[in-house]
Amino acid sequence: MSDANTAMVEKYRNNFLKEVEANVEEGEWVKMCMQCGVCSGSCPFGPHWEHPPQEIFMMIRAGKRDEVLHSDSMWMCTSCYNCIVRCPRELPITHIMHGLANYAHRLGIAPKMNPTRRFAKIFWDNITKSGRVNELSLSLKLYRMDGWVSFVKKGLQMAGVGLGMFKTGRLDAMALFTHKGIEGKKGLHAMLKKAYEIEDKRKGLA
Amino acid sequence: MTDVVATNETILVVGGGISGMTAAIEAAECGKDVVLVEKSPALGGRVSQLYKYFPKLCFPTCGLEINLRRLKANKRIRVLTLAEVQSVTGEAGNYSVSVKIAPRYVNENCTACGACAEAVTTEIDNAFNYNLNKRKAAYLPFNMAHPQRYVIDPSIIGTPEADKAKEACRYDAIDLDMKEEVLELKAGAVVWATGWRPYDAAKIQPYGYDRFDNVITSVEFERMMDPFGPTGGKLLRSSDGKEAKNIAFIQCAGSRDRNHLTHCSRICCMASLKQSSYLGERYGDDAEAKASIYYIDIRAIDRFEDFYKKVQQDPKVTFIKSKVANITLDEATGDVILHGVDTEGYHRYDNQHDLVVLAIGMEPSVDIKGIAAGVHTDVSGFIEVHTDNGGIFGAGCASNALDVNRSVQNATAAALHAIQVVNRVSAAEA
Ligand SMILES: Cc1cc2nc3c(=O)[nH]c(=O)nc-3n(C[C@H](O)[C@H](O)[C@H](O)COP(=O)(O)OP(=O)(O)OC[C@H]3O[C@@H](n4cnc5c(N)ncnc54)[C@H](O)[C@@H]3O)c2cc1C
Repeated sequence: MSDANTAMVEKYRNNFLKEVEANVEEGEWVKMCMQCGVCSGSCPFGPHWEHPPQEIFMMIRAGKRDEVLHSDSMWMCTSCYNCIVRCPRELPITHIMHGLANYAHRLGIAPKMNPTRRFAKIFWDNITKSGRVNELSLSLKLYRMDGWVSFVKKGLQMAGVGLGMFKTGRLDAMALFTHKGIEGKKGLHAMLKKAYEIEDKRKGLA
Repeated sequence: MTDVVATNETILVVGGGISGMTAAIEAAECGKDVVLVEKSPALGGRVSQLYKYFPKLCFPTCGLEINLRRLKANKRIRVLTLAEVQSVTGEAGNYSVSVKIAPRYVNENCTACGACAEAVTTEIDNAFNYNLNKRKAAYLPFNMAHPQRYVIDPSIIGTPEADKAKEACRYDAIDLDMKEEVLELKAGAVVWATGWRPYDAAKIQPYGYDRFDNVITSVEFERMMDPFGPTGGKLLRSSDGKEAKNIAFIQCAGSRDRNHLTHCSRICCMASLKQSSYLGERYGDDAEAKASIYYIDIRAIDRFEDFYKKVQQDPKVTFIKSKVANITLDEATGDVILHGVDTEGYHRYDNQHDLVVLAIGMEPSVDIKGIAAGVHTDVSGFIEVHTDNGGIFGAGCASNALDVNRSVQNATAAALHAIQVVNRVSAAEA
């Protein structure tokens, strides 16, 4: 267990709902759920979730901290917003799912090999490095995520699409060398550093 | 010209449903003069459109009959039908009210013989049956209508159809020259009992009321059970005319939902419990007849709990704790498929049914703010009790989503408040 995680267990002993309210983005909405189930029924990825949102909310209230934070359920969310649109109590369910995923990640207890988590990390590193996504490098890293064999396989699979995108100027074939990013990268990095600091301090993660 | 005597000691009751009738009768039986204004051509309101009412499952005609008898026996009540209040101004003890009266084209001579309806061939939507069928353009609103007088629909005025109706009448009851009138009345107090209307089901997009024939509302279901209703008392699907036996009920259709009505409509749980018991009545022991009630939680308040308990024992009825996410159509059969996840075990389901009944929410039928300025309403538009309202009192479903029992209690209370206001006027003038 990470130190941050141990600290949080200490701090919120037995009150996972409070912990979620204090640390998870939009977490204060969890208690508003009335367990109608519309979110779960409306989720296009629903059948693939181990615990649909409605169940996650109930588990939070029941204090099932480990089951929730180690779960890969909230990582299934594709942000289609169907649940938010239909929720009779207007809970920002999509945002809560991302909030939970992010919190588990920050505590270092999110499922290590979850592909969404890994891709999100690649994406974040990519965009924060230069302030603008380098799409070529992002795609290559995504293909390589599961090793070189899978890289070659996926590369061949997508070759046609890639060529088409090069031809129509949708993807810059030279981007690995020429990608510039934004002006004032230093400023961006300073801002991000500060933001992390503030968040960590507020959540007691530092 | 319609002749109405009204003074500052008159109580005006707006809306002739069960609540308005109750308020009018109670006030009149206490010796007050009452003008009862009803928008439609007959008294009775939505109760007259029910097949049976909970909790005793008697026919509404019975309750209406008692009230109509008391009303007809009382000389102090003046009933105006096809009349709509347009504005109320003034203050407690001194209101001016403007009432628009639409022409019925039929006068007091009418004996309800029905010769005009036989003569006319034009048909119009039957509003009494929520437009599920048609009726003649000369019609009696419904069998127990009070007044027992036919109506000529304005759509045939000026056509040979209207002349046919007039010629057929042997009592000189049809007057095609009637015109719309606006009356200016005085009143000391106003009881506002304009009731409710069903929430527009088509707005609940995932349920497809506007797309699928076999998705209907609870008010339509009620009409289908009536032997004098659009289907002669049979539960028929409009897609293929087959009898529906495997029927789903969806609770909170439009209620308790920030996308629709935020309030709990309160009666829909009991309405579906009642309607699920109609299946036994129609199909006896037929094993194919099944009711599935999809709910968030069943709100059968106080004494209604007994009714709920009884329905729970019924082997025909299943309860599924889940708000249905969406409905799709099975093209081959016309059946509806309900999709969702239940809360007791989080099981995903895709359940096929012959017919689905949306237990539709209630909203106020009138926005009183546009008629009487300054009256306090809650976020849903129901009239609140407030001293700023002066001598205007909400009654029945105009004040909240209520069942008949509570509407009547509420209307009696409103009548008492109104009586106190006119008593003050009388005392001041004596
Ligand atoms: C599906 C369903 C089933 C139900 N079943 C039951 C049951 O079994 N038992 C039970 O106790 N309750 C039942 N209810 C509730 C019941 O219908 C209401 O309690 C009852 O109708 C309330 O009566 P009301 O007089 O307040 O309103 P309404 O019945 O709505 O009457 C209002 C009257 O005012 C008139 N009006 C409207 N606007 C104006 C205007 N501007 N000027 C003049 N007049 C106007 C209308 O034409 C109408 O006649 C059911 C409701 C639903 C939706």
